[in-house]
Amino acid sequence: MKFGVVIFPGSNCDADCHDAVAAVTGQEVRYVWHEETDIGDIDCIILPGGFSYGDYLRCGAVARFSPVMDAVVEHAAAGKYVIGICNGFQVLTEAGLLPGALYRNAGLQFICQTQHLRVERVDLPCTHFYTPHQVIEFPIAHGEGCYYADPETLARLEEQGQVVFRYCTTEGDVTPSANPNGSLNNIAGICNIDGNVLGLMPHPERRCDRLIGGTDGKKLFKALAESMRVQAMSIGRR
Amino acid sequence: MLYELHVEITLKPTVMDAQGTTIERALHKMGHANVSNVRIGKFVTMEIDAEHAAAARAVAETMCTELLANPIIEQFHVVVVEKESVA
Repeated sequence: MKFGVVIFPGSNCDADCHDAVAAVTGQEVRYVWHEETDIGDIDCIILPGGFSYGDYLRCGAVARFSPVMDAVVEHAAAGKYVIGICNGFQVLTEAGLLPGALYRNAGLQFICQTQHLRVERVDLPCTHFYTPHQVIEFPIAHGEGCYYADPETLARLEEQGQVVFRYCTTEGDVTPSANPNGSLNNIAGICNIDGNVLGLMPHPERRCDRLIGGTDGKKLFKALAESMRVQAMSIGRR
Repeated sequence: MLYELHVEITLKPTVMDAQGTTIERALHKMGHANVSNVRIGKFVTMEIDAEHAAAARAVAETMCTELLANPIIEQFHVVVVEKESVA
């Protein structure tokens, strides 16, 4: 079982992801340079946060054309796991792997703070260790994390249960004041219809050690590792 | 024939433009109370060698749809200018 962490020019959460995932899961994690075209050895590919290609044009717009992205699209189509965190989420929407778009925060500020999130789905490969509507704490650090989708897409997302995390109060209430960036329906993270592709603006990898503020992110990566183990058995691999 | 493309990209009217709203407020403070619906966008220029203006426009529209604009949140407007007529 192996995790991969993509490094685009301008990624800056790649080492955090690598170290957190390795420490939490005990599994092998390897860096994947954005020019690589074969990620067949990897079970879960993570697109980390940062400022790929300097956020030129739009966040994630240019990273989508990196050679590795064709492999990521194939990886997703094969039902393997793809996680996009922050800039990684932006890349996934630009690449069309997740619906909607992320753009400038409603308050125009770059926001760097701890955020309460409500877990909306606990039946996914990455969330099955959380409890329904559990309130967790992940930090956010972004200037362009305002989630937008047209009304039809948004309705479909809600109907199909593709909203995975929502910004909420400490009590778990989803209110306008708990929404840091103007995201529609307080959306902080969504998945594709099959549940194997997840994108979220908050940073689970920054909540994997008590020393740096908390451990709510551990369950996400542990759940993924467990799902990978089960998936590997079902397709006859170790 | 060498053409110059002027591509203007703005957020769709249905998408909130926080920058535009903020600039509008500043303009009002300057005394321009008659200003409304301020929208901020991007302006891209490039040269393109194409057979005729319609061909240049077609390429521009493809580039806009696939990269220069994000059709989910943005709209674009393309102007094709004959390079010789560009000062």
